[in-house]
Amino acid sequence: MRGPTRPVDRRAVAAIQAAIVALALVLWEAGARAHVVDPFFVSQPSQIVETLGSWWQNHYILRDVTVTLEETLLGLAVGGVLGIALAVILAPTRWLAAIFVPFLLLANAIPRVTLIPLFLLWFGLTTIQSKVVSAVALVVFVVFFATYDGIRDVDPTLVASVRVLGAKPLDVMRHVLLPSALTWIFSSLRSAVGFALIGAVVAEYFGAQAGVGYRIQFSESQLNTSGVFAGLFVLMVLVFVINLFFQWLQRRLVVWKPVD
Amino acid sequence: MTSCPQIIALSGVVKTFGGYTALRDLDLAVAPGRFVALVGPSGCGKSTVLSLIAGLGRPSAGTVAVRGVPVVGITPAAGFLFQRDALLPWKTVEDNVTLPLVLRRMPAAEMRRRAADWIARVGLRGFERAYPHQLSGGMRKRAALAQTLVYEPEIVLMDEPFSALDVQTRNLMEGELLALWQGSGTTVVFVTHDLEEAIALADEVVVMTASPGRVKARYDVGLARPRDVERVRFEPEFTALYARMWADLRDEVLESYARANAAG
Repeated sequence: MRGPTRPVDRRAVAAIQAAIVALALVLWEAGARAHVVDPFFVSQPSQIVETLGSWWQNHYILRDVTVTLEETLLGLAVGGVLGIALAVILAPTRWLAAIFVPFLLLANAIPRVTLIPLFLLWFGLTTIQSKVVSAVALVVFVVFFATYDGIRDVDPTLVASVRVLGAKPLDVMRHVLLPSALTWIFSSLRSAVGFALIGAVVAEYFGAQAGVGYRIQFSESQLNTSGVFAGLFVLMVLVFVINLFFQWLQRRLVVWKPVD
Repeated sequence: MTSCPQIIALSGVVKTFGGYTALRDLDLAVAPGRFVALVGPSGCGKSTVLSLIAGLGRPSAGTVAVRGVPVVGITPAAGFLFQRDALLPWKTVEDNVTLPLVLRRMPAAEMRRRAADWIARVGLRGFERAYPHQLSGGMRKRAALAQTLVYEPEIVLMDEPFSALDVQTRNLMEGELLALWQGSGTTVVFVTHDLEEAIALADEVVVMTASPGRVKARYDVGLARPRDVERVRFEPEFTALYARMWADLRDEVLESYARANAAG
C-alpha cells in the first residue's frame, strides 16, 4: 500500500541524487563548450578533472591533503578539548558561568576569520602553529556552547539520584553530566570539522607553502579557475570523509540510545 | 524531646519555595525499622519531606535530624527511590546497580558479588547487560530497587515509586517490596496518594493536610506480617482503617481540589 508513512527507498534516493549531479555536470560542461558561460570564469568539469589528474601525478594532492588534514585535526583536537574543558568547569557552577559566559558570547560574536591575519603575524606566516590556532579559534566556541547546553540540559532527577547514591561533584560530572552531554558533543564535533577546516584553509590562504588552501590561493593568483574548483572539490571530499568517521565513532560510543 | 529512639526526626519544619509555603510546622518522628507511609492530597509537600530527609534540600525553619544528627549534606544512610525513572540510561543494569558501590570505592570482587546477588533478588538475572530503554517499566523499577538496596541503606525513601506502573505490575512490585523489606530492619518512608497501598504496606500511616503540609493524623496498622498485599485488602481491619483514614483524607483532598479550582 502506498501510504504517506511508506519508508524512503534509499536506492531510489541515491539514483535520483546521482541523476541530479550528472545533469548539473553535463549542463555545466555543455554550457562552457558552447560558450553560453565563459569557462575562463567558471571553468568546466573536464578541465577540473584534468587539473586534479595533473595534481595527482605531481603528488600535490597527497601532500596538500596531508598538510591541511594535520592542521585541521590538530585544531579540532585542541579546540575540542579546550571547549569541553571550559564547559566542564563553567556549566556546573552557577556563579562561574554567570561571570564568564558573557565574555565567551562576546568573543563568539567576533567574526574570527578576520583575526586569522593576526594569528599569522603572531605565530608565523608559514608555520603550522598559526594554522592550528586559526582552526582552534573557530572550533572552541562551537564545542563549548554545545557541551555547555548539554550539561545544563541534564535531567535533574538523575543528578539528585546519583547524589543520594553517594556521588561527589566529580562523580556527578563523570557518571551523569558528561555522558548526558556526549550526544551534544558529537553533533557539535561534526559541525566543528567544517569550522576547523575553514580556519586551517583560510590561514593557508593568507600564507603557507603547502596545503589545499595554499593550492587554491596559488591557482587564484594564476587566474586558474579550474584549480580553484579542483581545490574546493578536494576540500569537500575531505570534510565528507571526516564526517563519516565521526558518525561511525558516535554509533560506537553512544550505544545506549534507542535506535530511532 | 526525651531520648526516644527515633531514626528520623523532623520538628517544626517549614519549607518555602519563593512565596509558596510547602510545609508548615511539620513534626514527624520515625522509629528504626518501621515502614511508614505518608499520604496526602497532591501538592501537600509529601515529596518535599523526603528530599529534606535525604539532604537534597534544607528546611527554611525547624530541624531535620537522622539518628539525632542534623542533616547538613546528603544523608549517607539513606536510599531514594524516585517516582520518575532515575536509572542512568547510558549504563547497563549491572553498571547501574554497581554504581553506588563504585562510588563507595568497594573492592571489585565484592562489588560484583553484591550486584549479582541483588540483581537476582529483584528477578533480573539474565538482563545484566540490558540498557534501561530495553526494559519494561516494571523491570526498570526492579533495577532501580536493586540500585537503591545494594548498598544496604538504613533508611529507604520512596516517592510514589509504583504510581506509573499498571495495576497488576504494581501489586506484584508491592508484594516483592514487602518480601525484600521483611526482616531487613530497614526503615522505610513511603510517599503515596493511594490509601490502599499505604495501608497494605505500612506499619504506620501518616495523613498530611492540604498545603501547606502538616501532619493531620497518624494511624498504626495492626495487620499481621508477613502480609499478602492482595489478600490483606479484604480483611475487616483493613476496611475499617480505610474508612477512618479516608474520612480524614477526604476533607484535605476536597480542600486542595477547591483551592486548585479557585486558583485556576
